[in-house]
Amino acid sequence: MSDTNIHTEEHRNDDASKLGMWLFIFTELLLFGGLFLVYSIYRAQYPHNFHEGSLELSVTIGAINTIVLLFSSMTIAMALTAMQRNNKKLAMTMIVVTLLMAVVFLINKYFEWGAKFHHGLYPGSDLMALLERGHLLYFSLYFFMTGLHAFHIIVGMVLLIVVLFKVKNNRIHAHKYVLLENGALYWHLVDLIWIFLFPLLYLIS
Amino acid sequence: MMHNTVDKIEYVSFLEHKGRFKGLFSWIFATDHKRIALLYLYAIGTFFFVGAILGLLMRLELIAPGETIMKPQTYNGIFTVHGIIMIFMVVIPGLSAVFGNFFLPILIGAKDVAFPKLNLFSWWVFIFGSVLAIASQFMKNGPPDTGWTFYAPYSTATGTNVITATTAAFVLGFSSILTGLNFLVTIHQMRAPGMKFFNMPLFPWAIYATAWIQLLATPIIGITLLMLIAERLFGIGFFNPDLGGDPILFQHLFWIYSHPAVYVMILPAMGVITEIIPTFCQRRVYGYKAIALSSVAIAGVGFLVWGHHMYTSGMSNQARWFFSLLTFVVAVPSAIKVFNWISTMYKGSIDLKPPFLYAVSFIFLFIIGGTTGLLLGSIATNVQVHDTAFVVAHFHYIIFGGMGFAFFAAIHYWLPKMYGKMYNFKRANIAWAIIFVGFNLLYFPQFILGFQGMPRRYFDYLPQFQTGEVISTIGGIILVSGFIFMVYNLVMGVRKGEPAPANPWNGSTLEWQIPSPPPTENFDEVPVIKKNPYDYI
Ligand code: HEM
Ligand SMILES: [Cu+2]
Repeated sequence: MSDTNIHTEEHRNDDASKLGMWLFIFTELLLFGGLFLVYSIYRAQYPHNFHEGSLELSVTIGAINTIVLLFSSMTIAMALTAMQRNNKKLAMTMIVVTLLMAVVFLINKYFEWGAKFHHGLYPGSDLMALLERGHLLYFSLYFFMTGLHAFHIIVGMVLLIVVLFKVKNNRIHAHKYVLLENGALYWHLVDLIWIFLFPLLYLIS
Repeated sequence: MMHNTVDKIEYVSFLEHKGRFKGLFSWIFATDHKRIALLYLYAIGTFFFVGAILGLLMRLELIAPGETIMKPQTYNGIFTVHGIIMIFMVVIPGLSAVFGNFFLPILIGAKDVAFPKLNLFSWWVFIFGSVLAIASQFMKNGPPDTGWTFYAPYSTATGTNVITATTAAFVLGFSSILTGLNFLVTIHQMRAPGMKFFNMPLFPWAIYATAWIQLLATPIIGITLLMLIAERLFGIGFFNPDLGGDPILFQHLFWIYSHPAVYVMILPAMGVITEIIPTFCQRRVYGYKAIALSSVAIAGVGFLVWGHHMYTSGMSNQARWFFSLLTFVVAVPSAIKVFNWISTMYKGSIDLKPPFLYAVSFIFLFIIGGTTGLLLGSIATNVQVHDTAFVVAHFHYIIFGGMGFAFFAAIHYWLPKMYGKMYNFKRANIAWAIIFVGFNLLYFPQFILGFQGMPRRYFDYLPQFQTGEVISTIGGIILVSGFIFMVYNLVMGVRKGEPAPANPWNGSTLEWQIPSPPPTENFDEVPVIKKNPYDYI
């Protein structure tokens, strides 16, 4: 039990924390990897329906969201550099900008999903049941994959909010920033997954 | 280098250590890896007992043809819960969470795992998942009846509590990932100075290979279960042929995880046996590198054989012979280990103490389980015995005869270290004999019944199977009594036994060079490793 300060200091090992984060990121990639596998199998089975399905998504909204996420990856990287250079204020600003980008992403997603729901297109709806099977699977995958990704965005946001408060209270500083680094790593992962989802769902047709 | 003086040094053991919390809280909020290991031990021991009682209930139902003590649907529920408890709550976490947690850091000369708080968190996640699994029994729609495999499309259609049970499996998987991650980082980052990878004892090697499997395979079952849940909640249709989905795909995804998962069960068991045999033969382990690397080989090839569970489900012929071939390949590293264990005993001064008895019976049962596994791995015989009692016998020999006996071996080996108390050898030997006889009576007849065509997961059978079924049920009763006797002996040992010395078996690995029970920080000073772990002579 680490009840003395000396003890906790001794246990601190930034390399270990980073290795842990990388391993966790592997598991996340594999989680989505399973989905990509299912996607490619059904795409091979119903190429035509998947083609039609992708035409019904708005490439514009998808592209905007891609840019938003790429931009947020940049800002979180800047937050890290700022912290390393001991610029607390800039680091905090950059984390806040990243969080704002995340919110923009989610708002876009909300409208995108909302439009689909408006047309009666959502899992379990009467319309879905009438669709051709491949078409139905395409939209099932669309909702499942983007939904799971959005959930990861939210997890990432929670992580970054924790980081933000720790920076504010000087628990993260220029000599101890591994949590910020890990938060940034996770955020890059969330971004990376979207980089796969965007072409798979919106572009390939 | 034995430090026999170590006993006399004054110190506070981890059992008595006073931390931030008192009483029960000093346990359930402990971040000490040794306390967490004991938390797992108590939880898993309890679940094992519940699971065994459920198994016994099934055996009682099968004592005579027709309805004996329960309705068919109850039987379906019981074999499902029995499977879920035994697989997800007992054997998958089992050895690595209990003995891995306790001894991995000590064996590599570390003071704790890399992330002690995460370790505690994993335990809580494990308990949460277990509570969910048990809750699925008692909720409104009745216990899940899909079998622990949750095969679609039935699992997407049945009215029972499948969502709760699959959520439980998902949560338990998450705990397993976190434990594996923690151990991987521990092994990479926390080894004592001088402890190179090839200086590590072989139990840490086994844990290392296991942790990789936990990390790489578990996400696949995670996403599969999520898809199944989404399918049930929203009628999404990934696995439902009515909606264009493919139930065989579910089987593939399920076994891509679940075959590697059997290695999550068996690799740490092999690791334990590899620690015990050199100690009780007082001989350097034969073929250290072969054993270490065969663990890694098993972990690697084990990812490519899942199709052998699906020969009869609809697969191309090419896929079938390919999976069959790889199944035979993956048997090779396991056989290497068996040869190494036996060669280690050759010309050793063998000491038949209880841990060694369990270890030797592990080898015996594992050989039976393993060779019948090859029968199942070859396509022609598989088609004959698929989904019969033969399979039930095979996997009980592997997971109970293998992992279960290794667990019993480990607890008899390390209990003096964990609690600083010794149990009664005579009673331990008697319990071992009862368990061993009961086990074989219980499961061996199932091989024969299966060959004769007795299907698995049936609550009823034709009269011609009765002799075998009755023998089997008697074996079950003997086994459970032996188990109770064994636990009684161990509990008495912990409560009233003689104090155990630091090194009761004259072992050579690091855990025997610190006091029993270990101090909270394990080592007063960081040990520096200059030799191989198994230098006896
Ligand atoms: C007292 C000990 C045990 C008894 C009496 C027992 C008995 C049984 C019985 C009667 C079945 C049902 C077979 C059928 O459906 O025809 C079964 C299934 C099973 N058992 Fe055990 N068992 C015991 C211990 C274990 C252990 C230790 C494990 C694993 C570590 C285990 C894992 C399983 C699994 C995975 C199934 C398959 C469940 C399914 O079909 O979904 N059992 N057992
Ligand atoms: Cu298998």
